[in-house]
Amino acid sequence: MNWRKIEEEFFLVMMRLASLLILAAFLAIMGTVIYYGLPALSWEMIFSAPKGGFYLGKEGGVANAIVGTFYLACGATIVSLIIGLPVTLVLNVFLKRGSKLAEFIRFSFDVLWGVPSIVYGAFGFTLMLYMGMRASLLWGIITVALVVLPAMCRAIDEVMRMIPGELQDASLSVGANKCETAFKVFARQALPGIVTATLISFGRAAGDAAAVLFTTGFTDAVPTSLAEPAATLPLAIFFQLGTPFPEVQQRAYASALILTALILLVSIAARLTGSRLSKYVIK
Amino acid sequence: MDNSLEISETPHLRVRGLNVYYNGHHALKNISLDIPDKKITAIIGPSGCGKSTLLRTFNRLIDTIEGVKVKGEVMIDGVNIYDPKVEVTAIRRKMGLLSQRPCPLPMSIFDNVAYGPRIHGERGRQNLRNIVESNLRHVGLWEEVQDRLHKPASELSIGQQQRLCLARGLAVEPEIILGDESTSALDPVSSKKVEERFLELKNEYTIILVTHILRQAKRLADYVVFLYMGELIEHGPAAELFANPKESLTREYLTGIIS
Ligand SMILES: Nc1ncnc2c1ncn2[C@@H]1O[C@H](COP(=O)(O)OP(=O)(O)OP(=O)(O)O)[C@@H](O)[C@H]1O
Ligand SMILES: [Mg+2]
Repeated sequence: MNWRKIEEEFFLVMMRLASLLILAAFLAIMGTVIYYGLPALSWEMIFSAPKGGFYLGKEGGVANAIVGTFYLACGATIVSLIIGLPVTLVLNVFLKRGSKLAEFIRFSFDVLWGVPSIVYGAFGFTLMLYMGMRASLLWGIITVALVVLPAMCRAIDEVMRMIPGELQDASLSVGANKCETAFKVFARQALPGIVTATLISFGRAAGDAAAVLFTTGFTDAVPTSLAEPAATLPLAIFFQLGTPFPEVQQRAYASALILTALILLVSIAARLTGSRLSKYVIK
Repeated sequence: MDNSLEISETPHLRVRGLNVYYNGHHALKNISLDIPDKKITAIIGPSGCGKSTLLRTFNRLIDTIEGVKVKGEVMIDGVNIYDPKVEVTAIRRKMGLLSQRPCPLPMSIFDNVAYGPRIHGERGRQNLRNIVESNLRHVGLWEEVQDRLHKPASELSIGQQQRLCLARGLAVEPEIILGDESTSALDPVSSKKVEERFLELKNEYTIILVTHILRQAKRLADYVVFLYMGELIEHGPAAELFANPKESLTREYLTGIIS
């Protein structure tokens, strides 16, 4: 057997192993969550807020955290999309090709992406105190929006950078200005990327515990306004897992199952609408 | 065909002392040139001589590149388009561009053609329908697409896409059509179709084509501009320039000694 053949065999095996590893990790995590969580999962878990003594193993559910997480993740994703989309359009349409400023902004986002979310939490907390306000859903949304913004921007930006210059030329050359080119051509062409970026952001926002710890607070009530504190599933999981009672710990797994299902549902919905909207994209 | 070629006193497009620098690299050197109205002008020359650059200065698409400096004048209807007071969208509207690779916009066939007119304020449904139909007919695409106008433009073949792009450019009623190697990505049949359109359109439009195919220049051009390393070496009526080049560089290029 010659050397090149051995090399190819080797990498083929490695690739199969790597795929297997990813699949195994996914199944192991889902398996654990389902195995421990499913027995504790009940309608009460999903539809009722904690009653007195819930964390001691008495009645109630995590409806407060489900609703809180949903509001928080939606709010933060929408806020960061409203900021992120114009920013990436400026980077790719308004700044010239090869602009130094654009490169610097991209580099900044890369750095910010790597900053752990507890740092954003501390930053949001400081800002909140400085403004003389208290932990609330609003501050949670602001802080988590900051956490997901860099990933959102870079994910959209990567797709927009692949758009050939000719497409911009085509739009400009019929007399369109940059604004029209950005929103009518670039935003459309990048739509699949925008959907993916929104999904990544939603998942990260829903799963973040560190940034909401100080800024969103935690409460047993289902939130009804932006000014109230709100519970979130990651923190609910954390608190439940921290109790010494096995039945409460099992509820933590049920909560994790709910969190995973929530993200899965939103992903599927977004993919479906995304593929319908992107039928005009030029390949 | 009318082969006598007088450049009118004031042609649409005149270039005076044009210099272009890319971050200091001197890409066009002191070009002065009149482009004859309602004729096909071919810009020829070896790769990297500045053909695309010259074309991009005509509709100020050169502005979109970082670090470019333009000196000199490009006059369209007596107005220097590099005058700061000039509105760039109005300039670009006067010129349709057909790039090397067909580049439909990410929308339906109908919306591609209606894109320009809509931007310039046309809202009437019936008007838009008329504009789309007449321009698609103009490029010989109407019969092929009339029953799938609302399908994505990306479903068309490459050759059809290129004609769609031409229709999109024509829909804003330009005076000048610019083509940068517009047939080089197409198969022979499609490029023949596009060439036929050019020959038809020159009765109404001033056409400027960049090409590296000498045979294509001979087939289409009434006027030829030869560039070499950023300099304008020779320009003149096609028949004369191809038969009797005045400069030795031109002769060498035409005979294939330099390329
Ligand atoms: N964006 C740019 N930045 C820096 N230099 C450039 C840029 N675009 C073109 N140039 C340089 O300017 C010169 C002219 O380029 P241009 O694209 O106009 O040539 P061309 O005649 O169209 O060539 P081709 O036939 O290969 O398309 C070349 O030397 C090229 O390297
Ligand atoms: Mg070129």
